Amino acid sequence: MRLSDSLRYARDAASGTPLRTGLLMLSMAIGVAAVVVLTALGDGARRYVVGEFSAIGSNLVIVLPGRSETRGFNPANLITSTPRDLTVEDAAALLRIPGVEKVTPIVIGTTEINAGGKLRESMLVGTNADFIKVRHLKLALGRFLTRDDLGHGSAEVVLGALIREELFGTENPLGKTVRIGGRRLRVVGVLTEGGQGMGMTTDELLIIPVATAQAMFNTNTLFRILIEAHSREQIGDVKARVLKLITQRHEGEEDVTVITQDAVLQTFDKILSVLTLGVAGIAAVSLAVAGILVMNVMLVSVTQRTAEIGLLKALGATAATIRNTFLLEAGLLSLLGAFAGIALGHLGAAILRHFYPAFPAYPPNWAVLAGLGTALAAGLIFGVMPARRAARLDAVQALSRR
Amino acid sequence: MSLIELSGIERTFLLGDSEVHALRSINLSITPGEYVAVMGPSGSGKSTLLNLLGLLDRPDAGTYHLEDRDVTTLTPDEQARVRSERIGFVFQSFHLVPRLTAAANVELPLMLAGIVPAERTKRVSQALKDYGLTDRAHHRPEQLSGGQRQRVAIARATVMHPAVILADEPTGNLDRATGEDVVTLLEGLNAQGVTLIVVTHDQTLGARARRQLVMEDGAIARDSGKG
Repeated sequence: MRLSDSLRYARDAASGTPLRTGLLMLSMAIGVAAVVVLTALGDGARRYVVGEFSAIGSNLVIVLPGRSETRGFNPANLITSTPRDLTVEDAAALLRIPGVEKVTPIVIGTTEINAGGKLRESMLVGTNADFIKVRHLKLALGRFLTRDDLGHGSAEVVLGALIREELFGTENPLGKTVRIGGRRLRVVGVLTEGGQGMGMTTDELLIIPVATAQAMFNTNTLFRILIEAHSREQIGDVKARVLKLITQRHEGEEDVTVITQDAVLQTFDKILSVLTLGVAGIAAVSLAVAGILVMNVMLVSVTQRTAEIGLLKALGATAATIRNTFLLEAGLLSLLGAFAGIALGHLGAAILRHFYPAFPAYPPNWAVLAGLGTALAAGLIFGVMPARRAARLDAVQALSRR
Repeated sequence: MSLIELSGIERTFLLGDSEVHALRSINLSITPGEYVAVMGPSGSGKSTLLNLLGLLDRPDAGTYHLEDRDVTTLTPDEQARVRSERIGFVFQSFHLVPRLTAAANVELPLMLAGIVPAERTKRVSQALKDYGLTDRAHHRPEQLSGGQRQRVAIARATVMHPAVILADEPTGNLDRATGEDVVTLLEGLNAQGVTLIVVTHDQTLGARARRQLVMEDGAIARDSGKG
């Protein structure tokens, strides 16, 4: 029997019992749609998180004071256990490392801002002119901090959007003087609304030069140093060099932790990918259930078409022909059901995206293909037994059935 | 030369724990172009003999030569090929596939034999024309009368140009007039040289054949051909 004929025969046989065929395809479709929608959710979550992190700046290397890892017992730990502080000088030295594009020291504290009789508590960041580029922030008004290579600390401040609104309303704040922590500073710029990253909004931030902030808080230590590498490929090298330099500067003691944005990103990426895979696996169970239904339906079909099978044998069909016809029917139904399921799944994902536009719920291609493959495999595997039963039927007994 | 040569054929069935001897030491020779009626009471082994001749059943002992070839030793697939090319079946209950049209039912043996579609269409339309079914080609079996159904079945049995047609009670589900038509049709085929073997209860139908075999208890009780 020619393949095209087998296909047509299987199609006619399937469409001969529309309700049964329809239900079978529905069960396959639901299974595949579950895989598509759930992986769209999982992968959407991954994309969302990765996207959020990338917004901070993806070539970042971050230096924090103190070690978060242990390296076993070291006699040196007994003598000197207090970590040295990170200083502005450390940050300046880092700028000389090859592969480093920008270095931004950060001092953080809470303080009060007073303008025109209005008082507000706020988060204050002391940093340098490169901060705006490293953190991918945008200005709504004015300019950012000036370059301050000598570290004098000019008396200027950049306001977050919410602070500006609460203190000045619609009034133009540029050039106005505000009091922050007992010092008079001039407003030079305002950030745009909605800046995000590192778990805080920039809308409620005050940004002043690092030297000014250190003087205000009477300290010379830094909270963080943010380093932007030239390119993603250099991140690893830069990280190693930064650690080496700081260790040198701190009299041979490794008392800082250097983390990369990339590593954090990759970890999240990995965790969420595995999660997506797990969810896909759970959804695939429903495909196995659909496969059992295929077996059930095909067994009923064989029983109902016993006389037809006997006839085919009398007309010269070999056992293989009959087996292939039934197997083809099972495969065809599974495949059609799977295609319907993919359409259904895409529809479900589109509905999700419609209601949660920020959430990129796109089903990954591998999941769609895996769903299709699993459906076809389940249909064929569970179709084998009924098909073999059909092929083994005794022709004489089959023909005597009405 | 004989078309069919049976020697020492035995066939027993197990019904519960008792053995039923359906065929016992059958020796039979049929020459090409013969018209044979197999008669006898129910359970005498007529149908078993027909199934055996049609290679749907295997004997427990004895040999069956079809066109001088020992077909009892063939593999199931080889037997399927012999059925496809040399044997045509006509059944009492027609055995048409209900979801297929008359034309598609006639086309089935050609399709199973893997003949190219263009050739199939040609042979199917010729067969439908020969049996006066051209205007019924796209009707499904349920839309056809009993006589038309059996004509479709005969068209299907002959479309592969078999050497022998095996008919099991071909008029059993038909009234006398349509039965008469169908028998005339089969006899016409026989006149063209096709060997015709008919199993029947019907004495008048049996009497029309040139050779009568009467079976009793699985053995040939009388064979008019042996004179």
